[in-house]
Amino acid sequence: MKAPLLRLDGLTKRFPGVVANEDVSLDVVRGQIHALLGENGAGKSTLVKMIYGIMRPDAGEMRFEGKPYAPANPAEARARGIGIVFQHFSLFDAMTVTDNIALGLPVTQCGPDLSYRIGKLSTSYGLTIDPARIVGTLSVGERQRVEIIRCLLQVPRLLIMDEPTSVLTPLEVDMLFATLRRLSFEGCAVLYISHKLEEISALCGSATILRGGRVIATCDPRRETARSLAEMMIGTTLAPTSPLVAQEGPVCLAVNQLSLPSDMPFGVDLDDVAFDVRRGEILGLAGVAGNGQSELMDALTGERMAAVAEAITLDDTAIGHLGPVERRKLGMAFVPEERLGHAAVPDLSLTDNTLLAAAAGDGLIWRGWVRKRKARHFAERIVATFDVRTTGPQQSARALSGGNLQKFIVGREILLDPAVLIVAQPTWGVDAGATAAIHQALLDLAAKGCAIVVISQDLDELFALATRIAVIAQGRLSQPAPTASLTIEAIGQAMGGGTTAAPVKREPVDA
Amino acid sequence: MLRLEPRRAPSEAMIYATPFVAVALTLAAGCVLFALLGRDPIQAMYLIFIKPLTTLSGRAELAVKATPLILIATGLAVGFRAGVWNIGAEGQFTVGALTGGSVALAVYPAGGPWLLPLMALAGVIGGMAWAAIPAFLRTRFNANEILVSLMLSYVAVLLLGVLVHGLLRDPQGFNFPESRLFQSSALLPVLIPGTRAHIGAIFALVAVALTQLFMARHISGYQIKVLGLAPKAARFAGFCERRIIWGCFLLSGGLAGLAGLCEAAGPVGQLVPALPVGYGFTAIIVAFLGRLHPLGILAGGLLIGLTYIGGEAAQIALRLPAAAIAIFQGMLLFFLLASDILVRFRPVWRPRPRPTASSGPEPMPATTLAP
Repeated sequence: MKAPLLRLDGLTKRFPGVVANEDVSLDVVRGQIHALLGENGAGKSTLVKMIYGIMRPDAGEMRFEGKPYAPANPAEARARGIGIVFQHFSLFDAMTVTDNIALGLPVTQCGPDLSYRIGKLSTSYGLTIDPARIVGTLSVGERQRVEIIRCLLQVPRLLIMDEPTSVLTPLEVDMLFATLRRLSFEGCAVLYISHKLEEISALCGSATILRGGRVIATCDPRRETARSLAEMMIGTTLAPTSPLVAQEGPVCLAVNQLSLPSDMPFGVDLDDVAFDVRRGEILGLAGVAGNGQSELMDALTGERMAAVAEAITLDDTAIGHLGPVERRKLGMAFVPEERLGHAAVPDLSLTDNTLLAAAAGDGLIWRGWVRKRKARHFAERIVATFDVRTTGPQQSARALSGGNLQKFIVGREILLDPAVLIVAQPTWGVDAGATAAIHQALLDLAAKGCAIVVISQDLDELFALATRIAVIAQGRLSQPAPTASLTIEAIGQAMGGGTTAAPVKREPVDA
Repeated sequence: MLRLEPRRAPSEAMIYATPFVAVALTLAAGCVLFALLGRDPIQAMYLIFIKPLTTLSGRAELAVKATPLILIATGLAVGFRAGVWNIGAEGQFTVGALTGGSVALAVYPAGGPWLLPLMALAGVIGGMAWAAIPAFLRTRFNANEILVSLMLSYVAVLLLGVLVHGLLRDPQGFNFPESRLFQSSALLPVLIPGTRAHIGAIFALVAVALTQLFMARHISGYQIKVLGLAPKAARFAGFCERRIIWGCFLLSGGLAGLAGLCEAAGPVGQLVPALPVGYGFTAIIVAFLGRLHPLGILAGGLLIGLTYIGGEAAQIALRLPAAAIAIFQGMLLFFLLASDILVRFRPVWRPRPRPTASSGPEPMPATTLAP
């Protein structure tokens, strides 16, 4: 047994009212890819923040390379040889790759040869990137490479990756894994945080599982199944979801030649998008984030109106010119990607949050006056039906965990009994238990004859839910095809279409 | 260095306690201030906060001062909750007084029971019209309503000045820049005989009650709250931002206009250049002191009104400089904002990070602080 590179001994971190980490001990060995597994709220992020010097533990101690390690700030953590790639990147869209990397480096390392060193490092690790490109034009996978290169330039001995694959296409995932394996071969340890269990079995040589802030188990993930890992993670056994029996209902929602210029800088224009959804069907729209999904969602909810009313039809009625209220009155319901601040108001109670969807009726509003009691009953019904863990309908949306709030939002829309439901990233950042519940609810709703569109980056999710799948890339949508006829690899290639390698070829690297 | 870190969950109780904390701190700091000026602080506090309440005329004067503050603040608070920053209530107040008062002057010396409702209506419409300018510029051109509404206040005050120097000047007034004294049917009925307390106080109470009901129960009140708290959620729910902005401006402008009319047709009884005395600006303090809640504003308006009356009394009795009283009133807002910040953030003393030996110069922090 090699001496551990990083040893955590009895780390404890308390916040007012909650213990985020309690007596957490783990060893990361040199050259090892070590998985940190756990549901949302299990304490993974807190642990990482302590290792990286963003927070300080209340108790316990850390040792790095055998010496006591108590970083006061991230700069000290970097100086000791720890690098991190966060799930949310800190890059400036309007600057080049080189400038972005220079911003995070000590001044002494930012000489004129920086572009050259970036180019050299990126080729040797298979992280293809053009140092002169503007970050705003890069795909998400390419941005992640920028972050990784920024870490590697400082020659880390431990690299922390926080949910790195949640934004990548399958091809990009493979390339990332190759890079990580190479790093580990060279002796750099990797602390790999994820809740995607297949990946962990494929990549990691050791895993620590957190639940409720405590270490539940340390195991060799290559000897476990995804199911056994998941059960350790959530502490109960999982009921398998029942697959959807495909139905051939009439076309309900149809989108024809929908083009919409983005209203955001570095946004994506929708280009001639067309699809239709039948009753009782779940249509999956796959794609890497930032390929026009949010623009398409805005167009479908009515937050942005189509230039031509006929671009979107519901039961042969043109609705492209209608706003969200009118569309809800016609039986549509929506679950946008962003839970806090878009699908729910963080500072309002669950009762008040039901009113966001109240245009669809259900008698929550009578001649402009809010019927508080009905709204509270509705909130209670959502909580009971979808097993939302909360202290009651008066609790604010902000106080719920991500998975519970998502169950509440999905439940709110489903209980309105919609004819069409549009869902974006239904289980993004949601724990395994809640994911299963949400998937089952969507399948049940489709079985009752609702037409459902699921926009998701998670291909496993789409394969589990959708009857047909189309791929959105750079604002264009492919022809939907039956799920049974598709492979994950084929979709993965379509998802990456034109966004990974091609632009680099068009703009050769400046020497 | 001293830094402010956001608290994980601001205490609900503390949010409502801050006005009381702020008042207590103001009292304490005020005592120090008056003591440094060589006056007896206890006596000063007595003169400011207790003495006015011991007499009927004192209580009536309090109603006179608090009425415009409460009327204006109630309207402003609705807008503030939607994130609509109408800072120009002073101008809407002035124009309301002008349009309402002009009705009385136009029909002079005629009058009757019809005159006051007509004047009130004209006052409300005047205030709304003045508020419509920033509303239009905001919704049409995305112009900053804070600047536009604030600047329009000075325009309104100057407009009043021009008109009472010219068109509206009292023909028998020896060229003084004042309008005629309103005919008696154009004056607001007095509530308590022998005092200046007028029916406007009832308007203020009604406005508070209706606004409370509207904000708590009506879907528009809900829409206003959602727009202020989470604009994207408001768009998701299909709430029309443009309509909410217009509604907030018209409501706050209308109530400010009514307050202006009440001032002109109440204690003043004519149009004079000195009619706007800052109620429109003080009402902003009142709105925040009352936590933007109508009932809180009622209490806040009474408190600020009290410092006005008591402050004047203390100035005279203790020969305090006017600036001392103004500082005392300003401290209230200062302490309120300070305690608000401390409820949401906590101060953390953290030594400046020293570069470690091996890292060379300190790296720039752009990469470090992802949440």
